[in-house]
Amino acid sequence: MSEALSRRGFLGLGSAVGLAAAVGCGADGEAAAQPKSGGRLRAVYAGGGAKEVLDPHVQSLFVDIARHKALYEKLVELGPDLKPVPRLASKWEHDGTATTWRFSLRDATFHDGAKLVAEDVLFSLARIADPAVPERVAQSSLATLDLKRSKAIGPATVELVLTAPNAEFPALLAGIGTQIVRNGFKDPTKPIGTGAFKYTSFEAGRSLVAARFDDYWDGPARIEELQILSADAEARANAVQGGQAEYANDMTATFARTAEAGRTVKIVAAKASTMQAFVMKVDQAPFDNPDVRLAFKLLADRQRLVDVVLAGRGEVGNDLFGKGYQYYPAELPARERDVDKAKALLTKAGLVGKQVEIFTADASAGFVEAATLFAEQVAEAGVRLKVTTGSPQTYAKDLLTKGAIGNHRSGAMPIPQYVTDRLLTHSPFNVTHWRRPAFDAAFAAARATTDEAQRSAKYGALQKTLRDEGGILAWGLPDYLVAVSAKVQGVQAAPPNTLDQGRFDKVWLT
Amino acid sequence: MRTYAVQRGLLAIVQLAVLSVLVFVLTSLLPGDAADLRFTETLSPEQVARLRDELGLDQPAPERFVHWLGNVFSGNLGTSLISGGPVAGIVRNSIGATLVLTLATLAVVVPLAVALGIVMGTRENGRLDRTITSITLALSAIPDFVIAVVLVAVFALKLGWLPATWIGGDLLASPALLVLPVAVLFGRTVCLLSRQVRAGTITALNAEYVAQARRLGVPRRRLLLRHVLPNAAVPGIQELARTGDTLLGGVLVVEAIFAIPGFATALVDGVETRDIPVVQALTLTLAVAALLINLAADLTCNRLVPRTELLR
Repeated sequence: MSEALSRRGFLGLGSAVGLAAAVGCGADGEAAAQPKSGGRLRAVYAGGGAKEVLDPHVQSLFVDIARHKALYEKLVELGPDLKPVPRLASKWEHDGTATTWRFSLRDATFHDGAKLVAEDVLFSLARIADPAVPERVAQSSLATLDLKRSKAIGPATVELVLTAPNAEFPALLAGIGTQIVRNGFKDPTKPIGTGAFKYTSFEAGRSLVAARFDDYWDGPARIEELQILSADAEARANAVQGGQAEYANDMTATFARTAEAGRTVKIVAAKASTMQAFVMKVDQAPFDNPDVRLAFKLLADRQRLVDVVLAGRGEVGNDLFGKGYQYYPAELPARERDVDKAKALLTKAGLVGKQVEIFTADASAGFVEAATLFAEQVAEAGVRLKVTTGSPQTYAKDLLTKGAIGNHRSGAMPIPQYVTDRLLTHSPFNVTHWRRPAFDAAFAAARATTDEAQRSAKYGALQKTLRDEGGILAWGLPDYLVAVSAKVQGVQAAPPNTLDQGRFDKVWLT
Repeated sequence: MRTYAVQRGLLAIVQLAVLSVLVFVLTSLLPGDAADLRFTETLSPEQVARLRDELGLDQPAPERFVHWLGNVFSGNLGTSLISGGPVAGIVRNSIGATLVLTLATLAVVVPLAVALGIVMGTRENGRLDRTITSITLALSAIPDFVIAVVLVAVFALKLGWLPATWIGGDLLASPALLVLPVAVLFGRTVCLLSRQVRAGTITALNAEYVAQARRLGVPRRRLLLRHVLPNAAVPGIQELARTGDTLLGGVLVVEAIFAIPGFATALVDGVETRDIPVVQALTLTLAVAALLINLAADLTCNRLVPRTELLR
């Protein structure tokens, strides 16, 4: 065991150095530098081989999202706090009940010279909703959109009607796979969007090449050519260090530590912008007992998990998703470790001396490590947590059906979307099996509340219930790490899936 | 020679048939299918169910196998479950880079290994023999990824002499991209190959006919090239054919580290996404290539040293 101990010691020391370096190295210090025009930027993302697509409505990989973002745009994007911000829609308003929405369109131009009009929006939404093509990812999130009753009010105004009131509708239009394409768009291999870059060439699993679009409504990009390439973590690290790429997405904490020791690469960290958690199934023994759930939450040594599993690049979690996002109840006190109290609860539940199986897989960085370390922490209260490792490729599905507790991770998304996807009775990814009709009803009521302060209060109360009684043990909030060459300026530290993440129309090369 | 070739060819066809069944069975045993794996945060279970239906994954495995076999015989490798594009295109796209890599490696390895093997063989147990043996043995003992990481760290990241990856690089425009990957693969193969040539050289040198030729006063150079080398080459060529398998393992690592979008990358992607038609097509291509190489090697050996006992 001495080897494991020394490894931890090493990681702990490294993380302290890393944090110190991260404070001094961010995107802010560059604001003074004068932007320059020209050049080519090569950005590398984790690849998906043949799985990569050019069709903006069929995306799911970060590399696809980045490529489509260069070529296409959405009506709405998400800001750093995951709150909707205007893009192709310059503003929106609803009828007072959040059922009928009017979006005013910006004066934007497609790559073929045509102006953006309301028909393009209606066509795009209908294309997404086409039931004959199940891969169009936004189908379920936009299911409440009533296309038959939606219409163009004029060339620059579109009216969208919902089957049920939803104050979060603009955020849904900022979701994955909601890009606006040209009316009549048929061939995804000939992409025409309104984005800052126009298509040059694409090869799945390899690269997208795109050129600056001079008529871009938000001002032309500074770089002349953008290449978005695919490669594994190791190759991404080598490429950005060796000068074959200027931007590398989603880097490990280990890489960040070595990179920051040199001068050629900068790390841009979006602080605490994703989530790592253990999920307990609230309808399965032993976690059907709320005392056991609470005991496990009290047993997690969160700081240690963050230090070891995330190499210190992140913050401790408070058993809730979305810290720093709109609607997050920041006033809730941080959960402290309390082994004695946990032991008392577990004794009462009769679980001391028993064994529980935790289902994990190498599906995401740190999953197995987190499960193993947590097992040690739970053992302190006399409960044996047996770590079972499954197949990484099928983990997303297995988590729903196997084991009573497992690893869970989430990228950035608005809190109401997280709840909709994971915590309602009929949610597709309800990994904690949290099914409470009263919760569903209260959430629907909150979502239909048009007053923002009231809505926020209602969401806050629901999240407090989740934190106290739910099955999510959110122990850590990892930083999202991007590596850029020292020549690149203007890269923002933004959570994944937000407007400023992987946005290349505002960066420049020195 | 002709009967030998026919027998050898028939054997190859049987091997191919067995292999195609094996691949199908083994890939069917993998947990989950292509639709399951799309089950991520973005597709709902209903969407996945419709997808499975659309991809024909709900049909029983034997039915899918027969369907696939029929397609292959009519020259159609099928459609990718992931991209929806033709599998033949994926095979063609991925094979180029790997072929360049393999041929470049062989171009370096073969002459060097033969030269080293003869040098070692003619100086059996001498100081030079032992030195070369130690070096090549050490090289082959280091795992590929270690060699790769060290070479990249030194020559690409530290000294900046060579590119660290193929990312965004065009091979024809900059052959420097080949240097590090070939160096990694070189270490993997040169030892085994030169050992075989060495062994062959020693055997041939100790053979009665060489002793006789020597007694007859055949000059040393002529003796080595005309009489020793053809016999020494036989184990070398067979080893070379086997090197194909060894190389593939190395190519996997090299392609991953240097981001080369080649055959191994496509195969791993295919397995990871359960894109069975792609996995089958790639495996089949690989199997055909391996069979052809071994066939060619056996025929060459048979030609060099026409002995019937070579047919195993």
